[in-house]
Amino acid sequence: MSTLEFREAIRQAIEEEMARDENVVLWGEDVAAAGGVFKATPGLLETFGADRVIDTPISELALTGGAFGAAVTGLRPVIEIMFGDFMPLAMDSIVNQAAKTWYLSNERQAAPIVVRSAVGAGGRFGAIHSQNPATWMWSVPGIKIVGPAFPHDARDLLVAAIQDDNPVVFLEHKRLYSIKHEQPDWEPARLGQANVVRQGDDVTVVSWLKGVHDALAAAERLAEHDVSAEVIDLRGLRPLDLDTIVTSVERTNRLLLVEEGPALGGWARGVLGAVSEHALDALDDAWVLATDEHPIPYTPPLEDAFLPGVERIVAAVLERAGIRA
Amino acid sequence: MTAKTPTRAKASAEQLAAYGSMLEIRLFEEELQRQFLKGEVHGTVHLYIGQEAVSVGVCSALRATDKVAATYRGHGAALAKGVGVEGLAAELLGRATGTCGGRAGSMNVIDPDVGLIGCFGIVGGSIAAATGAAMSVRREEGVAVAFFGDGATNQAYMHECLNFAQVLRLPVVFVCENNRYGEYTPMEQVTAGDLAGRVAGYGIPTEKVDGNDVEVVREAARQAVDHARSGQGPCFLECATYRHLGHSRSDPGAYRPAEEVEHWKALDPIPRLRERLDAAGFGEDAERVEGVQQARIAAAFEAALAAPYPDPEADEVRIFA
Repeated sequence: MSTLEFREAIRQAIEEEMARDENVVLWGEDVAAAGGVFKATPGLLETFGADRVIDTPISELALTGGAFGAAVTGLRPVIEIMFGDFMPLAMDSIVNQAAKTWYLSNERQAAPIVVRSAVGAGGRFGAIHSQNPATWMWSVPGIKIVGPAFPHDARDLLVAAIQDDNPVVFLEHKRLYSIKHEQPDWEPARLGQANVVRQGDDVTVVSWLKGVHDALAAAERLAEHDVSAEVIDLRGLRPLDLDTIVTSVERTNRLLLVEEGPALGGWARGVLGAVSEHALDALDDAWVLATDEHPIPYTPPLEDAFLPGVERIVAAVLERAGIRA
Repeated sequence: MTAKTPTRAKASAEQLAAYGSMLEIRLFEEELQRQFLKGEVHGTVHLYIGQEAVSVGVCSALRATDKVAATYRGHGAALAKGVGVEGLAAELLGRATGTCGGRAGSMNVIDPDVGLIGCFGIVGGSIAAATGAAMSVRREEGVAVAFFGDGATNQAYMHECLNFAQVLRLPVVFVCENNRYGEYTPMEQVTAGDLAGRVAGYGIPTEKVDGNDVEVVREAARQAVDHARSGQGPCFLECATYRHLGHSRSDPGAYRPAEEVEHWKALDPIPRLRERLDAAGFGEDAERVEGVQQARIAAAFEAALAAPYPDPEADEVRIFA
């Protein structure tokens, strides 16, 4: 069976949708001639031409605000904010315009925009090229927030995001661009649907993006200690698939949420709260593994220690279960 | 610029239409202010009184399918682009029959049916939205217009979008309504260089016109719109105008010298056009227009006041399209 590389999955999804719908356009910094700094969009300029695949100036306000104006007048822009850390410059158009226009227009004017962005730490990019901006926007109703962990999911979810009539922030973890996977045996991914990627009985570990891979590797290690971990890939934060998590913890009774970001104001505490509200009786234990309350460090020893990787997930579960490693 | 010499009949029809449109806005805003003082309009409100010639002149140069992005002082642009007075009055009074069902209010009116893609509460937001709309409408020889104030010319939005629009040769007309004050602060106090020079720096054709003369604005807008529609890229119009009132409900405008206010009130675009109509022998037609508009505005507010508020129980929100 052939494998699919994550960055190629992104390219395929955009290519497929641009071929299907001439209103789909792509713009951003270096997405056209250069094919994107993470090489996720090569060849699209050649296929679809300079009217639809556009290298913009380094002007996040203009390119995102422009995407809003284009989206409410008939186009379906897919834009790239090169690094998630640049998202604050784009956020006025996303949170003040795109997220609200459907509601404010009394549900007459939709804003079908996909904002792609490379996020996440572990690449020694330092404090301001490594963040995940998802939680900055999580408190705003009207924006879908999506983040795949696997190449085939990335293709399915990006196709769905482009076909969706709402603004979708689509986050791509930098450490995943080069992974290659075979076609998984699960159903094609849908927006707002989490996925149980490993079944287990003793504890439910929830994450998204690269955290899913860390959780899966940790689950392998935990099995050596006779701890059976179920791993859930959230695939996004809005819509939030609470049912899949609740169904899981009703069986495992233990919930660990792994977030590559600070606990305070993070999604993990938010999900934990929601699960508690809905299934408090099912929980014997629930906790969050997140990052310390400081910016992401550059130097490898500090960055590695900062991130909630495989070792820390294993240690956290064993400690919580009273098992000595 | 050299305006074409229209026939007398066409000139009068255009003048009367512009007169009616400006009066519609003026009477609407005056009634809105009364309703505000009676507590029927909630939150805040930014009135357009004095600036009517700008949006009326510009919108009269547009096609119905062209797009407009306006500001939080946007009632004038909304009406000039074709938003109905009944719906707008009801919207600002928070009623269920409002243009946006009462969800939007004064600063956020949207009416896709007439090409009003939004009024923007963030200074400069309209500039980006219109720039993006131009990406769409260029496919059908359409034009997008951004209305914004002098204050927005110091926002990054303006500079990024002027560059963006010119690089891509987008059919967008940037209309700066220079009413001399950004909120309470005189523009010259917070602005380096001059606006025309800034715009010219991007290679965009720019013109400063008397924004209190609706015929001058319309002629300049026609040329700018033609330029944009023909694929030559964006144009910039600076319309010198003045708001007769303060920035918003909480502002009596005391920072402005009395003689300055009087100077600009003497340049009120509505009496100026009325004098021309009288001189051309259309005084009776103008009076008829006044009567029609007074009745329309009165009826719109009467209907709005009689309309129900939205029922929170029945307001079923579909947050996603």
